[in-house]
Amino acid sequence: MKVIVDMNLCQDHGQCAIAAPEVFRMDESSRLVFEAEPDESMRQYVEDAIDVCPVQAIFLED
Amino acid sequence: MPQTVVVVGASLGGLRAAEQLRAQGFGGSVVVVGDEPHLPYNRPPLSKESLLGSGPDVTAEELAAGLAFRPRASATGIEWLLGQPAASADLRARTVTLADGTVLPYDALVVATGLRPRRLPQAEPAAGRHVVRTAGDAARLRREVGPGTRAVVVGAGFIGCETAATLHTLGCDVVVVEPFPVPMVRGVGTDVGAALLAHHRGAGVRFITGQGVSELRGEGRVDAVVLDDGTVIVCDVVVESVGSHCNTEWLAGNGLDLSDGLLCDNDLHVEGRPDVVAVGDIARFPNPRFDDVPRRVEHWSIPGDSARRAASSVIAHLSGEPLEAPPFAPLPAFWSDQFGLRLQSFGSPGLADSVEVAEGSLDRLTDGAAVVYRRSGATVGVLLVNIPVARHPHYRSLVLASDQLV
Repeated sequence: MKVIVDMNLCQDHGQCAIAAPEVFRMDESSRLVFEAEPDESMRQYVEDAIDVCPVQAIFLED
Repeated sequence: MPQTVVVVGASLGGLRAAEQLRAQGFGGSVVVVGDEPHLPYNRPPLSKESLLGSGPDVTAEELAAGLAFRPRASATGIEWLLGQPAASADLRARTVTLADGTVLPYDALVVATGLRPRRLPQAEPAAGRHVVRTAGDAARLRREVGPGTRAVVVGAGFIGCETAATLHTLGCDVVVVEPFPVPMVRGVGTDVGAALLAHHRGAGVRFITGQGVSELRGEGRVDAVVLDDGTVIVCDVVVESVGSHCNTEWLAGNGLDLSDGLLCDNDLHVEGRPDVVAVGDIARFPNPRFDDVPRRVEHWSIPGDSARRAASSVIAHLSGEPLEAPPFAPLPAFWSDQFGLRLQSFGSPGLADSVEVAEGSLDRLTDGAAVVYRRSGATVGVLLVNIPVARHPHYRSLVLASDQLV
């Protein structure tokens, strides 16, 4: 499972970090950092994060 | 016979309901009906980036395609019937009838027909008047605005204020007319509304508050707005952002209370019917996070949250299994971008009886302010203006920690 974030779309809303904190977090300067190849057990949470992204910036590749 | 779930409404709520039916293991037929010709797309940018980033020739198709949601990979075998609305439903016979006469039988019905904008009561003049809800609305508005366009925005809720900011950025001469003393008062309260008013005025938008529209002038096309006190504002276009109606008329004749959306229980069953659920803006449901009063919540987060629970309710009914789930207690959330301000809210500020500025100052919103909303001492909502997003979870946790759940 591969997580891709289009940083041209990302507006640092931070909703993904609430939905899937194991995969996405906002660093001290409020920029997004994320795990690009999370464990398969995280799939459901990554899908939740994709759902709640207001700008549809998160992509999932198998 | 495979079972069939008909989802009426093909926007965010309908899409998420279809996705969740599949994600939660429903293997029968899923049919989604939509009145617009487009696959589900994301509406919030229509009042902001979509208007700003498009030329006057942009089409509804281009806007909708650019904002299209990417359905989950697991959401396969979904039938989309787009471009015509549901005309009626017979909840006893379990059928939905489309505008062209097509009859769709169902085993369970998901209602996700959402809202449409309310209009000013004046029927004439008809041309030059706009709303911002659909891709078609945004394309029509974009066609008629540019540098120097004189625009009157009637209604200073979130959509009105966002649209006003966007039109100003496009070079229009914008006047906002609002009957309440401050904008966005229902969402953020009087103090924050006053601070946002000052910010918008500072950015160059004229606001006339405490005044309603008494008359629209023009032969065929609107060319002036007359206010309650007789003030005449000459204009080229009018944007009406004066609230919304629930799209529930097609459910008439079934004995439902359609006075304010659809009355649901905590599992989103409509008036106790096990085979009918509601999703999104029109679902009036009790949220035990706050109390037992059923309310509609017009926030972007609610279609996704309610679709998940509604899908569980449908699957439990169709499989004859009891629904085993904790109380449905979504935390509402919304955001708004206006003139360099990023607003983010968690909870329901509108329920508050007291407001406290916990960080920063309402006089300097650009530098960041955090506002805590309480009811009977319990934190029911927070509003964060230009607060670094790394600190949002802290404020969000204040609402989560003081919920009324038992």
